[in-house]
Amino acid sequence: MNFFLTIILDGLIQASWLFIVALGLTLVFGVLKILNIAHGSFYALGAYIAATVVTMVAARSLPPSVGFVAMLLSVALIASAVGLLLERGLLKMFYGRDEVVLLLVTYAVFLILEDVTKLIWGVNPIYATQPYELFGNIEFAGLYYVGYDLVLIPISAVIGFAIWFGLNRTVIGKIVLAVIHNEEMSVSMGVRVNRVYAIAFAFGVLLAALAGALTAPKISMQPGLSSDVIILSFAIVVIGGLGSVEGAAVGAILVGLARAASVHLMPQAELFMIYLIMAAVLMFRPEGLFKREMARRI
Amino acid sequence: MKTGLHPLVMIALVAVVTLAGRALPTWTLSLATIAASNALIALGIVVLARTGNVSFGQGLFFAAGGYGVALIANAWGLTDAVAQVIVGAACGGLLGLVIGPLIARYSGIFFGMLTLALSMVFYGALVKSTALGGSDGFNVGRPSLFGMSFTDPREADFMLYAVSVIVTGFAGIAATILFRSEFGLASLAVRENNLRVEYLGLSANRIISINFLIAAIFAGASGAFALMAQRHIDPQFAYWTTSGEFVFVAVLAGNQSVAAVFVASMALELVRSFSNLYLPNTWQLVLGVFLLGVILFLPRGIGSLWIRDRRKRRISAAAPLTAERGAAP
Repeated sequence: MNFFLTIILDGLIQASWLFIVALGLTLVFGVLKILNIAHGSFYALGAYIAATVVTMVAARSLPPSVGFVAMLLSVALIASAVGLLLERGLLKMFYGRDEVVLLLVTYAVFLILEDVTKLIWGVNPIYATQPYELFGNIEFAGLYYVGYDLVLIPISAVIGFAIWFGLNRTVIGKIVLAVIHNEEMSVSMGVRVNRVYAIAFAFGVLLAALAGALTAPKISMQPGLSSDVIILSFAIVVIGGLGSVEGAAVGAILVGLARAASVHLMPQAELFMIYLIMAAVLMFRPEGLFKREMARRI
Repeated sequence: MKTGLHPLVMIALVAVVTLAGRALPTWTLSLATIAASNALIALGIVVLARTGNVSFGQGLFFAAGGYGVALIANAWGLTDAVAQVIVGAACGGLLGLVIGPLIARYSGIFFGMLTLALSMVFYGALVKSTALGGSDGFNVGRPSLFGMSFTDPREADFMLYAVSVIVTGFAGIAATILFRSEFGLASLAVRENNLRVEYLGLSANRIISINFLIAAIFAGASGAFALMAQRHIDPQFAYWTTSGEFVFVAVLAGNQSVAAVFVASMALELVRSFSNLYLPNTWQLVLGVFLLGVILFLPRGIGSLWIRDRRKRRISAAAPLTAERGAAP
């Protein structure tokens, strides 16, 4: 019994940060119709910035809680600035091109950011462990967990709900949905589509970077981080159906559980499992689990 | 249709390029071998892309070809270069025969993502297989040709160069003939609108499967070349960034000209090796900027430098997307 609980809790902890990353990816795809390969780089960027800020705060011997808040704030600030800059300065030039071409544009950004992070932070692993002890250890049904890990679950649930609420229950969300649904009509109704694009992309970058910052205390940051994350979050959004918030949640939980289960049961099958699930889902639901039906063009 | 070169002229061109290898310095030989083998796999992607589907998992067939050749070479002592290419193409082709019909039902991003997933499953399996050397892979002996073995590195390099240029050249000629054929034009029609193709009595799935098979065969052969050039194989062959680079070459080339694929592949190898040499820490950055530059300034690929759009009525590459966006309900 405890064994299964361990798998489920481990899975949910995994799922929590994966969900935040996938949410950003799915949002950018939903609004801009870009499958953003550079998304993993933004995750890595967030993690690296977080490590820098946490180390700086710790060096001034301030409490780790200050470090935690400072890291989230600075990552949020820098990431949204980077997102706006990239969208306005670069992506804008490629709109209207084939989706594969846009995919390659983000691949180019991925390559560039890969070297930029290496230039800034070097190739040796760096750490930001101080906030990890922030919430102590928590006993849960006879199992001991690091509090920080468990806190990630409600944090990601809140972020997910906020995005869902923002999209489905607010005026701004309705405008975004209108742009997703029919861009030309939205333009003629006076929606500033450019602005929606820029904000949606910045939000995507922000979510990726936040997920990076939140996981930074748990991991070591080193090159290769971004390509691991991007491949996981691709699997998640494809399982869930590209552009769907609910899909990202279900996909993240599936992938999280699959990873946790294979770590405990069959460590050698970890990477394998995820793609097996993805291939299995796509065999039966070619567009993912939560894709809405769309009338097709003849 | 009077577009492009006559096949006989192209055969002469292949012969000239092969003989030119005699005059080239050694370091360009190995560079050109890699470029030719990358061009072969990218050519497969271009063939497939004419149906509107881009595979992000060609690494799967690339690795299947490479591993197939490596295993047979080590088990049976098969070292003949030509035989190895045939084995590689067969391995890729057999796999493509199985996967193609399954995957032909998908389109656009999902096609790409599913191919990527399959190749990552393969990658995962390879990393974990201790029998195949796990993540380290294993080594293979030097290839021979028609019973001749090459101990002089320069001769060995030239042999590999010649075989890869000739094989890739003939694949290119075959692709050109294919592009101009009825089947090739039907493939283009699938990209524009597969439903209409079905109404005309053709099977879009069949067309996509056959193009997929061709791409898989090219990728398998390309894997054999990569193996012969490195004499080592590891799971990196199936990793997604490997596949990404082949798509990279295909998009750089554009889908108008077969020759552009070779030029694009060579240009990429040159950019990579020079930036590797002079800017060892930032070569990916250079590559990324180069890619952005080409996409921005040559929207229809390197091929558009010498192929002008003679058929003005042809819908431009960007048109389907804008039409789709406009017509969404």
